[in-house]
Amino acid sequence: MAIFRMPSLGADMEAGTLVEWLIKPGDEVHRGDVVAVVETQKGAIEIESFETGVVSELIASIGQTVPVGEELARFGTDAPVASAPTPEPPAEPAAMAEPKTTTPPAAPIPKTGTRASPAARRTAQERGIDLSTLTGSGPDGAIVLADVEAQAPATPKAPSTIGGLSEMRKAVAAAMVRSKREIPHFSVSHNIDTQHLSEWLSARNADRPPSERVLLGAAIVKATALALRSVNALNGHFTEDAFLPSDEVNIGVAIALRGGGLVAPALHQTDTMTLDEVMADMRDMVTRARAGRLRGSEMTRGTLTVSSLGEKGAEAMTGVIFPPQVALLAVGAPQIRPWVAGDTVVPREVTRFTLSADHRVCDGRQGSKFLMTLEDILSKPEEL
Amino acid sequence: MTEQEIRDLFLNEIHKVAPDIDPSDVLDDDHLQDDLELDSMDILSLVTALDARLGISIPEADYPQIDTPAKAVQYLAGKFRG
Repeated sequence: MAIFRMPSLGADMEAGTLVEWLIKPGDEVHRGDVVAVVETQKGAIEIESFETGVVSELIASIGQTVPVGEELARFGTDAPVASAPTPEPPAEPAAMAEPKTTTPPAAPIPKTGTRASPAARRTAQERGIDLSTLTGSGPDGAIVLADVEAQAPATPKAPSTIGGLSEMRKAVAAAMVRSKREIPHFSVSHNIDTQHLSEWLSARNADRPPSERVLLGAAIVKATALALRSVNALNGHFTEDAFLPSDEVNIGVAIALRGGGLVAPALHQTDTMTLDEVMADMRDMVTRARAGRLRGSEMTRGTLTVSSLGEKGAEAMTGVIFPPQVALLAVGAPQIRPWVAGDTVVPREVTRFTLSADHRVCDGRQGSKFLMTLEDILSKPEEL
Repeated sequence: MTEQEIRDLFLNEIHKVAPDIDPSDVLDDDHLQDDLELDSMDILSLVTALDARLGISIPEADYPQIDTPAKAVQYLAGKFRG
């Protein structure tokens, strides 16, 4: 018998609300299968099983808020099949409900995952609407807020903020306060000539349909992963007073959500991916982040995060590290700047990279080495 | 397609990329990035969708010609006229 527990999906997550079961008693589940959707302060997250077995009992009910580490379900190889829990009205937002220890009466369970935006999920939950009964009008048929609104018009209510902050903003605030409280940050900056990289990408994209084009951000993510191989001190997690370097390079990509807030899911083994694979996975992650379909493993496996201001905007940014990671690379928007090339000054596209790092595990020397390596890699985009 | 149909299609695709943007709230001169806050990934998704819907592959060099609904309608109408 294995117990499936509420995972921690972020540095300051204390509990999650079960939105949807994607399994039922009797189902065979494999390690890595998506088995449930949990609403967190940062939106809906798909959570995967860490076990293989047959579902013997669903313990948590739809709408129940379950503390991290508490039981959600039980898996076994020959356990008797139990009934599914009865869906309950949403729990009080701030309540930490105790997990059930008995099996409630049977009730319908969604047969498959339903793609829906976080706002749509939240609103459907508030209004008691089963998302599986709706037809989505969003990307790839995802259910968006408008679809839920059309099903059940809103009634006047207070905005979903507490103390003037949205739940998302509160989650970001908690993680950043913890980071600044616990991590002795230092930063190292370097301006890098990215004109050749941009020109190379433009030429590469010119003959490709839009679906196969690669953005500057993807090239920077790939280059960052390659540069990290040479500086182990920046790649890993700091937990329990010790730094644990990672064997994998999993680059977190900070994604700004349109409703406000930020998530940073990670690409698994980014350094082994081709540039096209990095781009495809980034597109997929952005789409799923906005549709509320990120996975738990993506939220926890990052070993360094890249946060970019995009291709337009301010020149420089110094970021705050996402715990338990020990470094974050902030990328300013490329600017045309005077640049010394040989004996002349020429206008070139220049991008400012600022590495924030944890002084408990590394020093400026390693930060400098990382940025010098990154510059070298970016100067040879053909090798990405 | 008429220009109105192109405009409706363009705004509908923006709504799919960014569901929080209500097409009825978008002005013809709203800038996709500065006013509607689409990022480079959003723009690429929009261009990809337009390619799929209209069969018009917009090169990166032409992105400035679709950076407002008004400019996009003129650009796409011109493509239809050949």
